[in-house]
Amino acid sequence: MQTKRTIFPNKLLPYALLTPQLIITIVFFLWPAAQAVKSSFEREDPFGFRTTFIWFQNYTRLFGEPEYLNSLNRTAIFAIAVTFISMSVSLLLAVAVSRLLRSGRAYTTLLVWPYAVAPVLAGILWWFMFNPTIGIVPYLLNQFGISWNHRIRGNDAMVLVVLAASWKQISYNFLFFVAGLQSVPRSLIEAAAIDGAGPFKRFWTIVFPLISPTTFFLMIVNINYAMFDTFGIIDGTTSGGPAGATNTLVYKVYADGFLGLNIGSSSAQSVVLMAIVIVLTVIQFRWVERRVQY
Amino acid sequence: MVHIKVAAGLLSLTAALISSTAYAQTEVTWWHAMGAELGERLEAIAAGFNASQSDYVVTPVFKGTYPETLTAAIAAFRANEQPAIVQVFEVGTGTMMAAKGAVYPVHKLMTDNGEPWDPSGFLAPVVGYYSDTEGNILSMPFNSSTPIMYYNKDVFEKAGLDPEVAPRTWAEVEEFSRKIVESGAAPCGFTSGWISWVQLENLSAIHDAPYGTLENGFGGLGTEFTFNGDVQVKHWENLKKWADAGLYQYGGPVGGNDAPPKFYAQECAIYTNSSASRAGVILNSKDFRVGFAPLPYYDDVIAEPKNSIIGGATLWTLNGHSPEVYAGVAKFFTYLSKPEVQAGWHQATGYLPITNAAYELGQSQGYYEATPGSDIAIKQITRGEPSANSKGIRFGNLTQVRDAIDAEFEALLAGSKTAKQALDAAVERGNQILRDFEAANS
Repeated sequence: MQTKRTIFPNKLLPYALLTPQLIITIVFFLWPAAQAVKSSFEREDPFGFRTTFIWFQNYTRLFGEPEYLNSLNRTAIFAIAVTFISMSVSLLLAVAVSRLLRSGRAYTTLLVWPYAVAPVLAGILWWFMFNPTIGIVPYLLNQFGISWNHRIRGNDAMVLVVLAASWKQISYNFLFFVAGLQSVPRSLIEAAAIDGAGPFKRFWTIVFPLISPTTFFLMIVNINYAMFDTFGIIDGTTSGGPAGATNTLVYKVYADGFLGLNIGSSSAQSVVLMAIVIVLTVIQFRWVERRVQY
Repeated sequence: MVHIKVAAGLLSLTAALISSTAYAQTEVTWWHAMGAELGERLEAIAAGFNASQSDYVVTPVFKGTYPETLTAAIAAFRANEQPAIVQVFEVGTGTMMAAKGAVYPVHKLMTDNGEPWDPSGFLAPVVGYYSDTEGNILSMPFNSSTPIMYYNKDVFEKAGLDPEVAPRTWAEVEEFSRKIVESGAAPCGFTSGWISWVQLENLSAIHDAPYGTLENGFGGLGTEFTFNGDVQVKHWENLKKWADAGLYQYGGPVGGNDAPPKFYAQECAIYTNSSASRAGVILNSKDFRVGFAPLPYYDDVIAEPKNSIIGGATLWTLNGHSPEVYAGVAKFFTYLSKPEVQAGWHQATGYLPITNAAYELGQSQGYYEATPGSDIAIKQITRGEPSANSKGIRFGNLTQVRDAIDAEFEALLAGSKTAKQALDAAVERGNQILRDFEAANS
C-alpha cells in the first residue's frame, strides 16, 4: 500500500482536526476501559457503598474457577468455528456469484439481507426454529430419528449458536469477498486458463493468494465479531447454557456483572478479554500479515 | 404486546406530566417487572390510586424482567436517578437488606408519615419472609406467590385416571405419568418452572430439610448452603431417572420458559409452577379442563408436609427523594393494603392475598367456592406450624446461586454428573458466592 503524506503549514491545525476524534475515543473508549481496570482491583457491593482495594484477588479467583476455564475453552471453540464457517461459506458464495454475469446483482442483494437483522432478533429467530418444544427443526429432525435438545445437550447448544452467529456474519464477509474478487485482474486468470489450468487450480494458485489482504482483514474482523458481538445471539438463544456449554467470555461478563451484580469479577473478566484481543491482533499483524501479499 | 405497553406507559407518563403542571401534584415513580396481563393489573392499581386523591400521581414504569429491574434500579441509584418505589423479587431481598444506605424501611416510612401500619394484619408467612432480624418489615409486601401443581383433567381421563384425583405424592406423580405416557394420552408426564425455586428451595421447606445454616440464612451473613442433603439428592436422582424415562421434561433454566407451552400444548399433563401462573394457565387452557393441587411430596420422608415458601416480590422505597414524595409513597402503600385492592389483585392474578383482611373479604364474597383451586396456594403456605426450615430463605447474591443450581441441574440431565455430585458442586459454588457477598457487605 502506498502512503500519502500531507504537510500542514500550521502547527496547531492537525491537532485541532484530531481533537473531536480524540475526545470521542477518550470519553467512550479509554475512560470506560480505565474504569474497568480500576474496578477489577476492587471488591464492591452492588450499590457502591463499600469499596475495598484487593489487588489481584479477582484475577486469581478467576483462574482458579473451573467455570471460567470452561468459558475460555468454549470461547475458543466458538470463535474458531464461527470464523471458519462464516468465512468459508461466504467465500464459496462470493466465487459462485462472481461467475454469474446477469443474476449476480440479484443474488448479492438477497445475500446481504441477514446483515440488516439485529443480533437479538437473529437470536430469537433461531430460538424459535430450534426450540425443543415448539420449534420446526427439532420436529423435522425427529422424523429422521434425530433427537434435538439444546436445553440439555451442550453440543446441540454449541451447534445452534455457531450456526446462528455464522449466518449473521456471512453477508458481511460475502460483500468483502465479492469486492476482493472483482479486483483480481481478469488477464491473469485468462492467461492461466490458456496455459491449461482448471478452475480449482486457477482459484488456489491465483485468486486465493490475490485476495489474501481481504481474507486477512476479514479474519481479524470475524474473530473480534465472534468474541464480542455475539452477545445478543447467545442471550436470545441459549443464555449461556446448558451447564455453561455456550457461556462465552463476553456473555459471562454480562451474566456476572449485570445479572449477578459482581462488578469486581466482571471487570476483571473484561480486562482479561481486552488483553486477549490485543494479543490476538498483535499476533495477527506480526506473523500472519507477513504472509499476506498486498 | 410490548408496543402497547410502551405506548400505554408513555401515555400515562405524558398524562402525569401534564396533570402535574396543572395541579402541582407530586409524582411518585414506581419501577416494576410485571409484563402482559399482570402489568395491566398493576397499572390499574396505580390508576385507581391516582383517581382516589389529587395530591400525588403514581407513575408505573415497566423495566423488564425481575433481574433487569433490580439492576436498573441499582444503576439508577448510583447515578442518583433512582425511582421512589422499585419492585424487587424475593431473590433480591438479601441484597436489598444489606444495602442499608439505599433503602427507606417501610415500617419507618409509614410511622414517619403518620400512616397506619400494622404488621399483624399481613399473612404470617409473608411477614416472616420479609422481616429483618429485629422483626421489622423493610419492604412493602405486594405480590407474593408460592408454587402449586396444575394438571390436565382431559389427559388424565384419556389415560384412564380419575380426573378429579390429583397426584398427592411424588410416587403418584411417577405412577400417573407412566400411565399417561404408556397409554399415549400425552407424550410427557410432567414439567416444571423454576427448578431452583420449586424443585429445590420449596422441596427443602416442605420436607423440613435445611437449605442453609444459621436458620436458612436469616441468622446472618456467615451462612452456608446445606441443600445437598438426603431428600434433595433423592429427588434430583428421581428427576434424572424420570427425564431419561420420558416421564419428565425439562423446561429450561431460571423461570423455565419452555415449561408453560409444554403444558398449554397438552404435551405434559402435570405442571408445577407459581400460583401466579394461574392467570396464564386459565387463559391458555381453553381446549382442556385444568385441575389445581398442592405440590407433591415424599410420604416416606415426611408424614405431614410443611408449608411451602414464598416467591414473588415486594416494593422497596429508595432513599434520596423529598419528604413530599415519601408522603405520597406512604399514602400509596396504605391504598395498596386496602382489602378491596388486595383482594382484587389476588383474585385476578393468582398471587396470595397479602393481608388477612383481603383473604377474609374473598371468603365473604364466596370467591373460593366459586373458583375451585384458587385457595390451594393459601392453604399450602399456611398449613402446619412453620419450622426454621420452612420459614423461608435469606441469602445474598441468590440470583447467582440460582444460576449455579440451574447449570448443575443441566449437568445432571446431560449425564455428566450424578445427583449427589451436581448438588455438592452447587453447594460449593453457592458457598463461594455467599463468601463474596459476606466480604463485600461487612
